[in-house]
Amino acid sequence: MGIEPLHTLLREHPFFSGLEEPDIEFIAGCGRNVVFEPGEYLFHEGEDADQMFIVRRGRVALEIVAPGREPVVLDSPAEGDVIGFSWLFPPYRWQFDGRALEPVRAVALDGVCLRDKCEEDKRLGYELMKRVASIVLRRLQSARLRLADMYRP
Amino acid sequence: MTGLGSRVVIDRAGLQALVVALRGAGYRVIAPTIRAGAIVPDEISSIDDLPAGWTDEQEAGRYRLRRRDDDALFGYATGPRSWKESLFPPRCLLWRAERDDHGFEVVEDPVPAPRPAAFLGVRGCELAAIQVQDRVFGVEGFADPGYRARRLQAFVVAVNCGTPGGTCFCVSMGTGPAVGPGFDLALTELLSRDAHEFCVEVGTERGAAILAAVPSRSAGPDDEAAAQRVVEGATRQMGRKLETSGIKELLYGSYESPRWDEVAARCLACGNCTLACPTCFCHAVEDTSDLEGRTAERWRSWDSCFSLDFTRLGAGKIRASTRSRYRQWLTHKLATWIDQFGTSGCVGCGRCITWCPVGIDITEEVRAIRRTQEA
Amino acid sequence: MTFPIETAGAPLPEPMLPRQYRVRSRRRETHDVVTLALEPLHGPGPRCRPGQFNMLYAFGIGEVPISVSGNPTGRGPVLHTIRAVGLASRALCDSRPETVVGVRGPFGTDWAVESASGRDLVIVAGGIGLAPLRPAIHEVLAHRERYGRVSVLIGARGPAELLYPAEIQRWRSRFDLDVRVTVDAADGSWHGPVGVVTELIPRASFDPKSALALVCGPEIMIHFAARSLLDHGFDPNNVRVSLERNMKCGIGLCGHCQLGPEFVCRDGPVFTYARVGRLLATREV
Repeated sequence: MGIEPLHTLLREHPFFSGLEEPDIEFIAGCGRNVVFEPGEYLFHEGEDADQMFIVRRGRVALEIVAPGREPVVLDSPAEGDVIGFSWLFPPYRWQFDGRALEPVRAVALDGVCLRDKCEEDKRLGYELMKRVASIVLRRLQSARLRLADMYRP
Repeated sequence: MTGLGSRVVIDRAGLQALVVALRGAGYRVIAPTIRAGAIVPDEISSIDDLPAGWTDEQEAGRYRLRRRDDDALFGYATGPRSWKESLFPPRCLLWRAERDDHGFEVVEDPVPAPRPAAFLGVRGCELAAIQVQDRVFGVEGFADPGYRARRLQAFVVAVNCGTPGGTCFCVSMGTGPAVGPGFDLALTELLSRDAHEFCVEVGTERGAAILAAVPSRSAGPDDEAAAQRVVEGATRQMGRKLETSGIKELLYGSYESPRWDEVAARCLACGNCTLACPTCFCHAVEDTSDLEGRTAERWRSWDSCFSLDFTRLGAGKIRASTRSRYRQWLTHKLATWIDQFGTSGCVGCGRCITWCPVGIDITEEVRAIRRTQEA
Repeated sequence: MTFPIETAGAPLPEPMLPRQYRVRSRRRETHDVVTLALEPLHGPGPRCRPGQFNMLYAFGIGEVPISVSGNPTGRGPVLHTIRAVGLASRALCDSRPETVVGVRGPFGTDWAVESASGRDLVIVAGGIGLAPLRPAIHEVLAHRERYGRVSVLIGARGPAELLYPAEIQRWRSRFDLDVRVTVDAADGSWHGPVGVVTELIPRASFDPKSALALVCGPEIMIHFAARSLLDHGFDPNNVRVSLERNMKCGIGLCGHCQLGPEFVCRDGPVFTYARVGRLLATREV
């Protein structure tokens, strides 16, 4: 489990497609492989958001927990999906709980490291921001469609 | 017996004899009569029941009867009701069923069929309207067996218009003032200082057979010329005009026209236009039962696309705004009807203009939409 | 333009008169959805095609249009999956076995599944929209070798609102079907995708140039699913949708179900998106 396989994964992943080699190398340098057992939490709401996950295998439930009720699963990123953008925006805190539903293998990228580099190299910052915005837009549309409650009679 | 297409001339006594002959043959004769200040179809037993010497003044949202200075029997245009109510009754029982231990049994013929009807005084626009509804209800097929039976039995004595109304535009729609084919007999009233006669054209063998009992003389060239003049005169008296060229494409392309907001500010969605219109066919189907739940009935009654519940689906309605409902009515009448049935839904009778309480004029709305489109 | 009403090739003398059917069995699907198995009291019933509907009559109460959700060709009782929304549908949902109900039909256009022969199929079902698609799925499975890659994408409000869960499981266990199920929101016991059903489309395998899509569900969902399919390269003529409107007669006469020039009961309920897309996108048509 070295940098080499990470590098290949990133180069082939749609999120990073179009980035130049030096950028890919840098990002790969911020990453490491991680594994979670079913039921294990990747992060909790309120914790410092300092990581971005790229799911290689398995499914993660993004949940809201409130006292007196069952957790509500609002999203369930799986293979190929990207989890976590709060490392980019203050106050840099996770907004939801992330719990592995099955055995999860993922790449964890160091968010602080990435963020500092983006501040320093605005060009890379813009490239990453474009990609983040695109995913956020799609998820916003999904959330809005579900908010429209289209299955009601 | 006079052949198809031939013309004869009868006098007032002859017209009375025609009514008698029709009644003798088992028809209810339905003709224009004055009821509650309007000229509407009702059963008559004699030509004395016709509105002799009356005419109507029609404008957008206005209808008044006025005395003529002659005794014409057909010297008026159309009123608020039409022959539609005889062929497609406003409310009728479709079937009745009784529940038993094994399910339910339909009661045979719960309502006896009325005697066949003879329509006396059908205008060109009205005959066209009947033929428009024929296409809707499928006279040839089995779409509505009740309509088919009533329609095939109905005897049509048409009348060529001499006195069109202020809201008429049959010329624009190609439905008058001369009646088109489809009548059993067609009359043109020839009223002069010296004589009160009717030029009668034979349309069918059934018409010829009834006419055989009526004293008549052959129509000469003078009679035919006089009849022609009546129609030509009417052609020049149209109260309205509707430009129909490209109207389907115009309306299909005008779903977002600002004109709809403009008319919606005036329209009450009262549905008068759909009730008065001789081609509107939308109807509701209502299932009822008695208190015990043993006897159930299915009734059909006129409905209107202007009603808020017309497009109810689940908890909501598709066309909730007045804007959308007016747009539906006009677009259906003048455009989508063509794709559905092969003709326009409008025959230019002007009833919707006359009977709109706020005087909305279909011809003016189309003009305004065209203007907006071309702007 | 006239049209004779026909079922099973024979003209119906009284198209507004229901035939009597007995409720053979009743199964509760969700808190407000029931599937009834109906068989005719007298003689064999007419053959329905997947996508068609019947007008179901609760004696003395009313009639509603319900798509056939199983056994369309009449080998066994015909199934209808009904959601209790109004008086008539509620009465039908409450019907116990042996109750006699009225049936008129079948009416409307069908999915024409056989036209997908040799092509990939993408079936997108939202909520109760799975019911009219179920006979189409059965038809595909009955002749699986005729079709290319077949994807069945199912969405519902939550796990408790999923129709036919046991059957979905059986479909998922097949290797010749790609079945994906998502819910809008779930509790922790749901281990599948969470999201709107349109998000499943990019995950399906199909050749957009030749594939056929069948879409059914709430109209908002149809609208967004069709858009997504078009964005993925589908020709609107190859996207078929099933629509719903207020229906009183079911035979194109009462006028209630009109969508522009279309009578949904007669020219639909199955339409190509090419034919109705623009109308669906216009507000309050």
